[in-house]
Parts: sequence; C-alpha cells; structure tokens
Amino acid sequence: MSDHSHTLQHQVIDAIQEHTQLCITGGGSKAFYGRPSAGTPLSVTAHHGIINYEPTELILTARCGTGLSEIQDILADQGQMLPFEPPHFGSNATLGGAVACGLSGPRRPYTGAVRDYVLGIRCINGKGEILSFGGEVVKNVAGFDASRLMVGALGTLGVILDISLKILPHPRQEITLTYELAAENAINTVNQWAATALPLSASSHDGQQLYLRLSGTPSALKAARTHLGGEVLPDAERYWKDLREHQHVFFKHEEPLWRLSLPPATPPLPISGDCLYEWNGSQRWLRTALQANIIRETVARRGGHATLFRGGDREGTIFHPLTPAMKTINKNLKLAFDPHSIFNPGRLYSGL
Amino acid sequence: MEIELDPQPALNKAGLVTALLEHLPAHSVLHHDEELRPYECDGLSAYRQCPLVVCLPDSLNQIQAIMRLSHEWQIPLVARGAGTGLSGGALPLENGILLCLAKLKRILDIDPHNRTARVEPGVRNIAISEAVAHHGLYYAPDPSSQIACTIGGNVAENSGGVHCLKYGLTVHNILGLKVLTITGDVLEIGGQTLDSAGYDLLALMTGSEGLLGIIVEITVKLLPKPERVQVILAAFTRIEDAASAVGDIIGAGIIPAGLEFMDNAAIRAAEDYIHAGYPRDAAAILLCEIDGGKTEIEEHSRQIEKIFQNNHADEIKHAANESEQQRLWAGRKAAFPAVGRISPDYYCMDGTIPRHRLTEVLKQITAWSTEYQLPVANVFHAGDGNLHPLILYDANKPGELERVEEFGGKILELCVHVGGTITGEHGVGMEKLNQMCVQFGKHELSQFHLIKDAFDSDNLLNPGKAVPTLHRCAEFGAMHVHGGKMPFPNLERF
Repeated sequence: MSDHSHTLQHQVIDAIQEHTQLCITGGGSKAFYGRPSAGTPLSVTAHHGIINYEPTELILTARCGTGLSEIQDILADQGQMLPFEPPHFGSNATLGGAVACGLSGPRRPYTGAVRDYVLGIRCINGKGEILSFGGEVVKNVAGFDASRLMVGALGTLGVILDISLKILPHPRQEITLTYELAAENAINTVNQWAATALPLSASSHDGQQLYLRLSGTPSALKAARTHLGGEVLPDAERYWKDLREHQHVFFKHEEPLWRLSLPPATPPLPISGDCLYEWNGSQRWLRTALQANIIRETVARRGGHATLFRGGDREGTIFHPLTPAMKTINKNLKLAFDPHSIFNPGRLYSGL
Repeated sequence: MEIELDPQPALNKAGLVTALLEHLPAHSVLHHDEELRPYECDGLSAYRQCPLVVCLPDSLNQIQAIMRLSHEWQIPLVARGAGTGLSGGALPLENGILLCLAKLKRILDIDPHNRTARVEPGVRNIAISEAVAHHGLYYAPDPSSQIACTIGGNVAENSGGVHCLKYGLTVHNILGLKVLTITGDVLEIGGQTLDSAGYDLLALMTGSEGLLGIIVEITVKLLPKPERVQVILAAFTRIEDAASAVGDIIGAGIIPAGLEFMDNAAIRAAEDYIHAGYPRDAAAILLCEIDGGKTEIEEHSRQIEKIFQNNHADEIKHAANESEQQRLWAGRKAAFPAVGRISPDYYCMDGTIPRHRLTEVLKQITAWSTEYQLPVANVFHAGDGNLHPLILYDANKPGELERVEEFGGKILELCVHVGGTITGEHGVGMEKLNQMCVQFGKHELSQFHLIKDAFDSDNLLNPGKAVPTLHRCAEFGAMHVHGGKMPFPNLERF
C-alpha cells in the first residue's frame, strides 16, 4: 500500500523532456484490448492501495494499481459490491485498468456502467501536472466532468492515479431463470419484461436459451418468479462469471470476436456468424470472419457501433470509425489533455 | 456583477438585427428594451443584465444561422431554456445574443420497446413522463422545478431531484445528444445504445452549462414505473439522531428512492403554508420514500421503522394511502415557496458533503447564522448529502445581500473543506465563480479552459460562466486553498 504519485509524475515529466512516448501498463489483463500502443512501458502497479472506504457512505477511493479482486473482497465483507460488475479478464486485473477500459458486466443495463459510478479521478495530464476532478460525493456539478471523460479513454488522456467510486449494497438474493426461446423471441420477451417493474439484473441468450437473473429481497424474488415462470438454473453464479470473463464456451474459438452495441430491441442481424446476446440485446458478441466494413455498416444502419474486441487485424481500426466532426473534437480533447501526445499513442484510434 | 470578457469592438446592433432577420421571422428576434426586460435574469434574480438581442428560433436551421452569425461577428451566445436555473447560468451578456430554446418543444419519437424518447431541448421535464405514462414508463430525474424546467436545461446543468439517490442524475438517464458546435458542426453523440465510440462526450456535455455547444436534441432513457411506493415520516428531537438514521438506512443495504431532511425552521414554514401534518416542534424530520414490489416494500418499511426507533424518533408515520403520501411530499416540495412567505428574500445554497459530516456542518451553519444575524432554514437531499440551506434576508436593507453572499460563500467553502463540493445540482453559473477558486487549483482550472478551447476556441459560448479565469481567482485570493488542504504558495498572477 503506497503512494507513487510523485514517482509517476517525474517519469511523465522526464518523458516530456526527452520526447519519449509512454505506454501505461497495469496488471496487463486487458493488454489485448484496443490497438497496440507505442511507447516505453510506464508501470503503475506499485501505486496501490485503498485510500478510503466508508461503507455507510457507499464510497470507495483506491489507487489505480489496486487489484479488482482485492477491492471486491473487501466490499463483499461489508455486503457491498462494484455495481458495474466489471470483467477482470485475468487474476491481475486492476481498478485503473477497469476504469481506463470502461468495460462493464452483466448488471450494466439495470444498475449502470463504470462511468456511472466514477465520482472522482486524480490523474497526471500530458503536462506532468497532477489534477483532481470530482470527489467523494455523489452529487457534484462543479466544473466539467473530466473524471467520466477519462473512463474508457484507454489512458490516452492521462495517467489515472486514484479513483473514487460510488458502490452499492449487494442484493440479498439472486436467482437465474432459463427459457427455451429462439433469439428473436427472446429479445422481444426480455425487452417487454424490462419495461415492467421486475427486479432484473442480467440477461443473456446463447442461441437456444434465454437466461434471466433476478436480484432483490427473497420476497421480491419469490413474487417475480411466480410471474415469470421458467426453470431455475443451478450454479448460476458460475454461469454469469464465465460469461462476464469470456470463459463461456462461446468465446473459445479462433475467429475474430466483435462487440456490437445496439438499441436493445433490434432484431437479430442478417449477418453470418455466431451471436451471443447480453444486456437485453444491447450488447452482442459476434464471432465471424466477415469483413469489418460489412459488420460496421450493418450495425451503423441500426443506430449501433461495432468494436473488434479480440483477434483480427489489431493494427487496423478497432473501434467504430468516427464522423469527421467527432474526430475533430476527439483530437482536440486529446491535445487539451496531452499536448505532446505522449500517452498510449494509437491505442484508441490511429493518430489519437 | 461584472462579467469578465476580452474587450469587444463596438457592436453594430442594428446591423446584427438586420442580419438575424434574414434567417428568423420578426417575432423571433427581440431587440427593443421592453422586450428584452423579461429575459434579464434566470431563477437567480439577484443578477440581472439585458442582452443585446433575444432570439427565439423554432428550427435547427434557424439555430445554425444564429450560431453562424455569432461565429462570424464574434458575438457571444448564451443559451437559455425556461430560465429556472438557480446559478445565473442563463444570465444574458450585455454584448451577447440570448438564444432561447423554449420554442423547440416537440417530442420527436417515443420508442417503448427500446424504452427511449427523443425530444427537443425546450420540452419540459414533466412533459416527457406525461407523454410516456400510458406505456407504464417515466423519465426519472425530477428537479423540483420539473413542471417548468426544460430537458435541455437539465442536460446543461446535470440536474438532480429528490429521486436521484436511487435513480441518478441527468447524466445517468440520457443516452444520446445532438449538439451544434460554434464552428457549425453537428455532433451526434450516442443514441439508443448504452455506449458509443470515442471519448465519453455524453458525460462531458452533461453539466457543461452551455459552454461547449448547443444541445438541439436529447434521447432520454425511460424506466418502468415502480409497482408501489411508500412514504415514511420520522420526527426527531435531535438533529444528530436524524443524521445518524440516514447513515443507518444506507448501511442496512436499503437505497430509498428519496430521503429528505427538513429542520425546524423549514418544518414550521412548510406546515404553516401547506398543513402537511408535520410535527411543528420537531428539531428535524426525515421523509423517506421507498419503492418496489409489495412484499419488498413491507420488508423495507419494517427495517426502516426499526432504524428510526433505534435513533430515538419521537414520531413515525407511514402514509396510509396515495393521498397521504402526496400530502407528506407536498410540504417538502413547497418548502422553498413556504420560506418565501416568511421572508422578503431568501438565498438558496447547494453544497454537497459526505453524509457523516452532516451534524457538524449544520452546527457550524447555525453558529454563523447567529453571527451574521441571518436566519437559515435547512431543507435538503439527506440521502446524498446535498444541502440546500436557505438564508433568509431582505434585499431592501442596505448591505444585507452582501452579508448573505459572504455567509453563503463561507458555507460553500466549508463544504469543500469537509471533502464535498460547492454545487451538487444547481451549477456554478455566474454565482459560484469565486468558490470554484476554492474547490480547484490553477492546474484544474487551466485544464477546464483547455477543454473549453477544444470546442470553442473563440470563447463565444456562455463566456465568463462556470469556470473562473485564473486572474479572477488571483484577485479573489482563494487559490491558496485547494480541496481544503493543499497550499499554493507560488500563485501566478497575470
């Protein structure tokens, strides 16, 4: 448990002076995500430890190198959890990496994403300054929301040092129900249920079965179960963990893996490949060897965007191409934080 | 109140009006003094300034034309919705155009299956929930001005409301924005998906107080209406007990939909006005709303009652039916106007603090209230530590407003000192520029200016608001304190 802010700050200042670029690295569990980044590795794992945890305040502040598992264990001791159920993708996953990648798990459509729970961030910008945005309170509208801007920016705007999060109590009970349904029918059904006051907390469809997780008080789950029918899935915790961590059998193939983000009720897409649905249909995993432009056009026509999540041409365009106007603003923001372009060059988009 | 701007060349007002009239009908361009007067302030009426002209466009093309002129002529542009903001964010600039978006009030699309609505910025907050009610859906954020305030203004301010403890702020409840930049680009941010490619501009635009772009379309997330709602009132003899009950409820793993606090001054004012049935002698009351399924509510009600008892509540009242729930809420919702009845003027503060510092902060406010001889009524969102001390005063008494501002400034600085923030939901606007110098250091403020530059390098959109210049902070002399702890001995002055 130690504060390495100033060591890291000096490393950044040296890099600015020596005109070298930096590739920020944590545990390395999500090194596959995005484009490969140029630059000298800047390890942040030594900047580690929980700075403040106040269970009755529902607030936790920790350094970027703190292990996700470590944080989740401490929260679990108090009956609390990270509400966005982040994927780890490895035992070495850190909080900083989870926030920089901005990936959320099965609970996302019901309780929110990483960015929804980030209350404050302390970081080093590309001028070597240590900045502090937001704080440890839930409501805060002073200044631009620079903390949330850093979520999912893949370290291209600065080195995240400390993160303050809102946390939530863990539901008293969870059960998972399964239904034999074809994909189209499953999407319809789950979106109808999501429009009524049911205690849903996760959904998925693997091509044959719809899986529905419910969370809440035992009495609320009992009432919902009577209403929803279905079969109870044994060892459900394992199922959602495997899905979240891409250990599910669907992910054990060699073809490129795409993540599609779509309006949830969008019917199954007319493109070849195997598809696994999550988030009421809003997040879809597609295994296919199809050309990127076909996938991107099909998804964009339906108001979505596509990410080449794993495999394929990692040097190419990984995230959905931006419109010229969006590209300009993204570039301007990058330079506003990192004027010498030293942080994770090219990781998000080529030239960003 | 002086507004800091770079010196502007003398403006040809007649020429500007003529140019605007090429794109807008005559009734949409107000430029005579008597037409401008109603727009001289927003909900913070202590600050007043007539703009050069007011534009009331009713289409995207008209907005684009106004923005093009603003850019070409280098005339500042201040956006305004219903003008209910409480921090002077929509205060006009003497040499600027006031862009009033209230005419853009069409609900463009309701998609019950994807649970979204796409609306224009001038749509009133409550009109969205009304329009989707027959689908069993609603839009969750409910600022107390919701019958009047616009969704565009809500996004610009990242508005909250009594239910944001459970359902979040505006930033958690919108999915997409269409934004016009001052350089004439259209930014399509997000949509009906839960995320989008590139930086999270949706988060950055939310709460940006009209400094980065003009929001012309919003896609909001709709939620299913809860099956049931229960409201519980608890009265306490000691403020400490009420504060500790708040922590205990959250600590028990219950997230109420709303958890509101009123002190004795607020209770009396509300009770005299609304007759909600509040105990007039209580030092504090808590109003706790929980929602969910029938059995879940019964379970939580029992738990909460026990917590109130353990914290020495003198009286616990469960609303027996919907009309009683509404009566209990009516007192809280009318608390501001109720205070308005007992004092010629009041000044509403908006700091947020960590919940466990509640008692000490309230005690300090009481001590200052005595020192300044200005009564204070406290009514606020206890669940998320968002304070709204109302300082009672009389603007007609010479020097009283200045004392109020000094007192209010101290409260906000105290909020920062205990680890909180100067504004939870009302925004910085014109009002809290000095306190921004207390909350942030020069590097953060410089970074904010750079973000502004990334969108609006000519500083034309709502200039002088939300983020103070470093020069102003140097004059205010507050940058020696940052986050209540870090000294800044080598303050740059320029």
